[in-house]
Amino acid sequence: MFANVDWTTIAEATSDTLLMLFASLAITVILGLPLGVALYATGKGRLLENRVVNLVLSFIVNVLRSVPFIILLIVMLPVTVLLVGTSLGVAGAIPPLVVGAAPFYARLVETALREVERGMIEATQAMGGTTWQIVTRVLLPEALPGILAGATVTAIALVGYTAMAGVVGAGGLGDLAIRFGYQRFQTDVMVVTVVLLLIIVQILQVLGDRWVARVSHR
Amino acid sequence: MIRLEGVTRQFRSAAGARTALDNVDLTVAAGEVFGVVGRSGAGKSTLVRTINLLERPDAGRVFVSDQELTSLKPAALRAARRRIGMIFQHFNLLHSRTIRDNIALPLVLEGRSRVEIARRVDELMERLGLTEHARKYPAQLSGGQKQRVGIARALTSEPSILLCDEATSALDPETTEDILALLDSLNRELGLTLVLITHEMEVVRRVCDRVAVMQDGRIVETGATADVFLNPQTAATRSLLAEGESHTAAPRPTSGTVARLVFRGQGTFDPVLSRISRETGVDHAILAGRIGRFRDQPYGQLEIAFQGEHTEMAISRLRAEGVEVEVLS
Repeated sequence: MFANVDWTTIAEATSDTLLMLFASLAITVILGLPLGVALYATGKGRLLENRVVNLVLSFIVNVLRSVPFIILLIVMLPVTVLLVGTSLGVAGAIPPLVVGAAPFYARLVETALREVERGMIEATQAMGGTTWQIVTRVLLPEALPGILAGATVTAIALVGYTAMAGVVGAGGLGDLAIRFGYQRFQTDVMVVTVVLLLIIVQILQVLGDRWVARVSHR
Repeated sequence: MIRLEGVTRQFRSAAGARTALDNVDLTVAAGEVFGVVGRSGAGKSTLVRTINLLERPDAGRVFVSDQELTSLKPAALRAARRRIGMIFQHFNLLHSRTIRDNIALPLVLEGRSRVEIARRVDELMERLGLTEHARKYPAQLSGGQKQRVGIARALTSEPSILLCDEATSALDPETTEDILALLDSLNRELGLTLVLITHEMEVVRRVCDRVAVMQDGRIVETGATADVFLNPQTAATRSLLAEGESHTAAPRPTSGTVARLVFRGQGTFDPVLSRISRETGVDHAILAGRIGRFRDQPYGQLEIAFQGEHTEMAISRLRAEGVEVEVLS
C-alpha cells in the first residue's frame, strides 16, 4: 500500500512543519498584536487618533497582504539570508512566514478590538484609567475571544504557507509532497502528507475553538 | 459642588454642525439629588458627560468641588475623575471580569493594595446584596443586578458625586423602583450628590430635589421639582409633563367656576376642601386629580367645579389656608 513511504522521513517532515508553524505563529502574534492595537487605536475617533500613523500602517499592511505568498517567498530571499543566515530549512522559512502572516493577524486583531463596546472604554475613562490601562485592562481582555479566534485562523493559514514554503526548500510536509508526491509521482507519499496536514488543521481548529469558548463570558 | 459656566459643545459632521450644549450654566449643591430631563437629543446626555469631561466643551468652564476640571492636566483630571462615580443605561460592565473583579476595577487602576481592594469590595458587595454573585460574570445577571454592580463599581473609590446617565431607562418598572430606592438611600446615608439624566418624569418625581429641563441644548427651566412640575413656566416642560397623561381634557361643566387647586406638604392630608365647602355652602365636584409626592413632599393637584353663590369667598378661604388656586373658567 504505502510502498514509497519512509515513515522516518515523514516523522521528520511533520516535526519540521510543526516547528515552522509554532515558531512563526509565536513571532506573528508578538508582532501582529501590537500592530493590530496600533491600527485600532490610531483609527478615527479612537483613543490615540492619528491619521498619518494610521494611513502609513494601513498602507504597509495592505501592501504586504496583497503580495501573493509564493512571490513573497522569493522576494524575501535576500532579507531572509540577512536575518537568519540561510534561506533554507526551517530557519529560512520563518521570516517569509511571519511577514506573510503578521499583517493578516494584525487586521484580525483590529477587527476584534473594534467589537469592544465604546461604553466600556468610557466607563474606564470615567474611573480615571490611563490609555495604557484601557488597552491592557479593558480592550485586550474584552477582545480576547476574538484575538484567539484570529490566532486560530492565522495558524491554519500558516499551515498552508508552510506547505508552499516547501517550494523554496523549507522542508516539512509540503516539501515532501512536492518533491516525492508530485515530482516523482509517488501518490502514496502525497496522500500521507495531505492527510497529516489535514489532521494538523483539524486539531488546531478544535483546540482554538475550545480555548475561545473558555475565555468567552458573553 | 458642581458648577458649569457658559458650557458650549458642538458636534460637527458631514451633515453640518449641531449644537448639543448652548451656553449652559448650571449649579448643583452638595448632597442634592438633581434631575435633568428633556427629550432625546435635547443635550442632557452631553451635559452629564461634560461634568467629568468625558465630553470636553468647546467653550465654558466646569468646576467640581471648587476645582476647575477644564484647566487640569491629564493626570490631575484622572485623579479628579476618581471622585466622580458614573453609572450608565447599559451598565458598561466588562464581560471578561467576574462581578467581584468588575467592582474592584477602579481600585486596581488606582494601584491600591490587594488587601485594601478585597476589604472595600467585600464591604460594597455586602451592602448592595451582591455577595452571592461575586464569582459570576455579568452575562449571568439580570438588568437590575447588573445596575447594582454598576453602582457598586462607581462607589468603590468613595466618590462624593454619582452621575447617572439614564441609569434606569433599560429596566422594567419594578426594577427601576428598586434602583431608585437604592440611589435615594445612598443620597440619604452617604450624603452622595446625585445627578440623574432621564426622560422618565416618574424618576424625577420619585427622587429628585431639584430639576432642570433641557430643550435644544439649553436649560429652559430650573427649580425645586415640586415648583417646576406643579407650575411649569415653559412650553417644553408642559409638553414633557403632558406625556403619559390622559389626552382627553377634563370635562367642563356649563355653569359654575372651574379652578385648579394645588396642595403641598402636610396640607395634602388636611380635609380643608370639605371643611370650607361645608362652612360656605359652596358645593364642589372633582373633575380631575392627582395625589402623589415629590421625593418626600406629598402633593395634590385637583380640578374642581364650584357651585354656589359664595364661590369667591370659598376660593379666598382656600388661599388663606395655603392652597394654591388658579381659576380656569
